[in-house]
Amino acid sequence: MSAGTIQAGAATLAPAPAGDRSAAALLEVRGLAAQYGPTKVLHGIDFAVAAAGITTVLGANGAGKTTLLRAVCNMIRTSGEVRLAGERIDGLATEAIVRRGVGHVPDGRGTFMNLTVEENLRLGAHTRKDRAEIGPDCERMYAYFPRLKERRRQQAGTLSGGEQQMLAVSRALMLRPRLLLLDEPSFGLAPLIVQQLFEILKAINETERIGMLLVEQNAAMALALADQAYLLETGRVVMSGSAQAIRSDEQVRRSYLGY
Amino acid sequence: MNQLLHQVLSGLATGGIYASVALALVMIYQATHLVNFAQGEMAMFATYIAWALIQVGVPYWWAFAITVAGAFVLGVAVERIIVRPVENSPILALVIVFIALLVIFNSVAGWIFTYTIKPFPSPFPAEPLFGNRFMSSHEIGSMTITLVVLLLLFAFFRFTPLGLAMRAAAQNPVSSRLVGIRVGWMLALGWGLAAAIGAIAGIMVAPTVFLEPNMMGGILLYAFAGALLGGIDSPGGAVLGGFIVGVLENVVGTYVGSELKLTLALVVIIGVLVVKPSGLFGKVHVVRV
Repeated sequence: MSAGTIQAGAATLAPAPAGDRSAAALLEVRGLAAQYGPTKVLHGIDFAVAAAGITTVLGANGAGKTTLLRAVCNMIRTSGEVRLAGERIDGLATEAIVRRGVGHVPDGRGTFMNLTVEENLRLGAHTRKDRAEIGPDCERMYAYFPRLKERRRQQAGTLSGGEQQMLAVSRALMLRPRLLLLDEPSFGLAPLIVQQLFEILKAINETERIGMLLVEQNAAMALALADQAYLLETGRVVMSGSAQAIRSDEQVRRSYLGY
Repeated sequence: MNQLLHQVLSGLATGGIYASVALALVMIYQATHLVNFAQGEMAMFATYIAWALIQVGVPYWWAFAITVAGAFVLGVAVERIIVRPVENSPILALVIVFIALLVIFNSVAGWIFTYTIKPFPSPFPAEPLFGNRFMSSHEIGSMTITLVVLLLLFAFFRFTPLGLAMRAAAQNPVSSRLVGIRVGWMLALGWGLAAAIGAIAGIMVAPTVFLEPNMMGGILLYAFAGALLGGIDSPGGAVLGGFIVGVLENVVGTYVGSELKLTLALVVIIGVLVVKPSGLFGKVHVVRV
């Protein structure tokens, strides 16, 4: 921890001791390091997502936010300990981690361009056994995002960037995940749509108790939604605490919130 | 006029074979962006297995079913054991691997079964069906079977979750893993299916071209021409292209000279590459710079 952390000042901001945190945490990460070839991008970071909690990771471009999400689901070479509801998942194949209920809204949206919107949604439910529930779940997504319903038979590659972002969120939700990893869901969306999307995420978090790990450039929106926040700088956590405390921190306010 | 009709119809029968092999090529191409040059030799090898089974007294349709299942397993094994370890190699290395596979299957078949040309039985009656004068029973029968296979495949890819997952894995492996698809196995399944289709094509064409280790050489070339004509990344286009090449081949063979049949395939290949590289139904890939 660097000198800039606010943990020292406020006891409530410090992470709970490891012992009682593991009981409550949905995702618990310790000493996570990752690299692309010889380039180290994450240098042993620790963070957690509480059960049904929303944790946000903030940072500038190149801080390692996308890498952090990729590392959690083992899309790149990593080391460190990753636990989902207490169970080690580091070292498992990406698809095996997904099968344990980790949905991912990836960087670049990951749209299946040549498939229809509906096929994209059905793929999200690929690992589910309850086939009869998949149709109603598609309808639920259409209720969240009526634009997708209008375009359900259309090739997903023809959607606008914002619509593809809605599709990416819906596709990840079709898994009925325990944990949702969101890589800049506000990217490319009009401000009004961002507002709507975050309200939907909040509603889903409250009604379905899905935990979320949210990586965002839009710090104000992310801090309003999340309960825990971490600040990432060149692959290291430089600040962490409750979203509220981070939001009111002078330095964060100036560099990330811009007022 | 009658002769033309006859040539067109029997062209459709061979076209069905080309269409099947073209589809097998496209399935592998979509997943790996490479043409499996060994597709024809794998089909030939499977046809030998069918022949051997029939020789030892297995009933025709049983031999057919066992061979298709065996070809499926063979296709999966080739992907898992040979292609998988080299999948990230430079493209030229992969091309060499596929050519090596072609040579290996060809010479192993020659070594086990010799290069002597063998007759292969047709399951269909020798006299024409319904007294028609245009197509032999074998032509009608093999065309029906290839059409049924193509329809079944279409339904499989279009309507089943597994078919959807296979299309997704071929198209976007990274996103596929993120929805929990076992991409490696989907690719292996694709190889299995392609090999099974090839085996059916081999068994259906063997009564006409006779069984020998080089019997699929020309067919692979026609199928490749068909796939390019329809669009190497369009399964439907490749099937249509296969039928078109089959008809063209027969008509050219009759009215121009049978010496030029194989030349036609090459003319089609070069013509498509020069005039419309994406084929009739293929996507034009535009790269933003």
